[in-house]
Amino acid sequence: MSLIKLSAAELSEKLASGEVSSVEVTKAHLDRIAAVDGDIHAFLHINAKALETAAEVDAKRAAGETLGELAGVPIAIKDVLATLEMPSTAGSKILEGWIPPYDATVVARLRAANLIPLGKTNMDEFAMGSSTEHSAYGPTHNPWDLDRIPGGSGGGSAAAVAAFEAPIALGSDTGGSIRQPAAVTGSVGVKPTYGSVSRYGAIALASSLDQVGPVSRTVLDSALVHDIIGGHDPRDSTSLKDAWPSFAAAARAGAKAESLKGLRIGVVKELDAPGFQSGVTQRFHEALDLLAANGAEIIEVSAPNFEYAVAAYYLILPAEASSNLAKFDSVRFGLRVNPPGGGTVEDVMAATRGVGFGPEVKRRIILGTYALSAGYYDEYYGSAQKVRTLIQRDFNAAFSQVDVLVSPAAPTTAFKLGEKLNDPLAMYINDITTIPANLAGVPGMGLPIGLAPEDGLPVGIQIMAPQRADDRLYTLGATLERLLEEKWGHTLLSQAPDLAPGEMFAATEGAV
Amino acid sequence: MSEITTDVVAHLANLSRIALTPEEIETLAGELGAIVDNVAKVNEVATADVPATSHPVALSNVFRPDVPGETLTPEQALSGAPDHDGTRFKVSAILGEEQ
Repeated sequence: MSLIKLSAAELSEKLASGEVSSVEVTKAHLDRIAAVDGDIHAFLHINAKALETAAEVDAKRAAGETLGELAGVPIAIKDVLATLEMPSTAGSKILEGWIPPYDATVVARLRAANLIPLGKTNMDEFAMGSSTEHSAYGPTHNPWDLDRIPGGSGGGSAAAVAAFEAPIALGSDTGGSIRQPAAVTGSVGVKPTYGSVSRYGAIALASSLDQVGPVSRTVLDSALVHDIIGGHDPRDSTSLKDAWPSFAAAARAGAKAESLKGLRIGVVKELDAPGFQSGVTQRFHEALDLLAANGAEIIEVSAPNFEYAVAAYYLILPAEASSNLAKFDSVRFGLRVNPPGGGTVEDVMAATRGVGFGPEVKRRIILGTYALSAGYYDEYYGSAQKVRTLIQRDFNAAFSQVDVLVSPAAPTTAFKLGEKLNDPLAMYINDITTIPANLAGVPGMGLPIGLAPEDGLPVGIQIMAPQRADDRLYTLGATLERLLEEKWGHTLLSQAPDLAPGEMFAATEGAV
Repeated sequence: MSEITTDVVAHLANLSRIALTPEEIETLAGELGAIVDNVAKVNEVATADVPATSHPVALSNVFRPDVPGETLTPEQALSGAPDHDGTRFKVSAILGEEQ
């Protein structure tokens, strides 16, 4: 089988046995990127040193060094993360070409574990969006249908793994930016418990919501990445000091054992709603039936305040973003635009931000500034924080009855590029399934459960667990993945269209 | 419909230090009115007896020992700056002529 089709876990076995070298594996992925990324546009930057690093790891292995499980495996990195020697733009013109003087902690941990950074992946500007169309560098295209969105904000990372350009990737999730792209590209993504993965070097969007996490094609691969990047970091003051179990062990247990006997799975009534696409609802209920047939107890639970989650989120996020993005001031890094005729430092700042920020970033900064204004603070930001308490209470009540919660990961399959671009509210409501987990800090996983009959596009399920119980996601996720693949006789992504580069180019030129 | 006029948007843009064109101000005034009307529904349930939550996993008193840590060198800190003199960031005038 072609190297690019293998999972990170499969590649690691072949690397450990000496059957393949990291240079061969890395070259196979760089070749794939060269062949298909002109159409997908998952990457903003390719690491020029990838092969050099791979050769170093091969040399370490040849010298008999003890290496971690994923040593020599290539990984794509969302452009929201600061990286030495590679530009880090967060999808914004205001940071075009900026090369940070340090690595994000999660990137440093990947390097220490001898993974091979392939490059930086595309995203909505400063992670504001659900479609990757708000990238200042142009949208990423869904490998299942190039006219459709790959989800967002982490559409680049999800598309990279779904198009076999990378076996694994890093993402960040503020309101669903890992889980929703996973759902619409047929891949896997996990938003860990708030504070369980370091955010040092992650360009902040909304600090009380942001969380870095893994993106992959299999549950086990996400667990392997999570094991490397997780754990306390003194450089992040919100970092939890917990000792975490091995999530790879949880995934392996789930893939083997009958983990469903006696497991209580709660279905959030408010997220199993009319108005969701029919094929999404159908595949979601088939997955529930499959879980029940294998011993799980399915229990409907109510979370009445989830109805207010999107409203609260679109107050809290802009408020925090308006503060976090004040650092882009044309002084310490990034773009500087001098207004005609010169001006004070504040005039330069305003001119720079007027040119450097895209429309969605401007919209949210202005909205956040409004929500924090004297006279409006209590009515908007203060009330949104109260809704947050109510949503946490809903989660607590639900988790007193069940072990995990499930919902569709997104209300629809991938929509068409451009379809919601000029209707911010329609774009915002798309996050209804994923936002509650961020507001409450609980972990969530997006996992493919089939193709919608009406359009043949991937459908995802979301699994949520109580704070700090991320291992439950991996155990149940791996069990469900195995049951579905046994039923189908194949993986979901093996059904994705072939991205033969020459033919696709000809097709866009009208020659085929 | 919320009263978000073009004057309000222009004021917010000034507070946010973002130079907006008149067209952008016009568009944003309409969009923000619709968004604010929608998100205002938080007030339906945010009653006085509900406490606010600022962080999902509450931590308190996150301290570190008061000793110098690993820091960036001046060269590293200045490496991404639009303008600098080798040891300091350079900017245009802090004060305008009228001050």
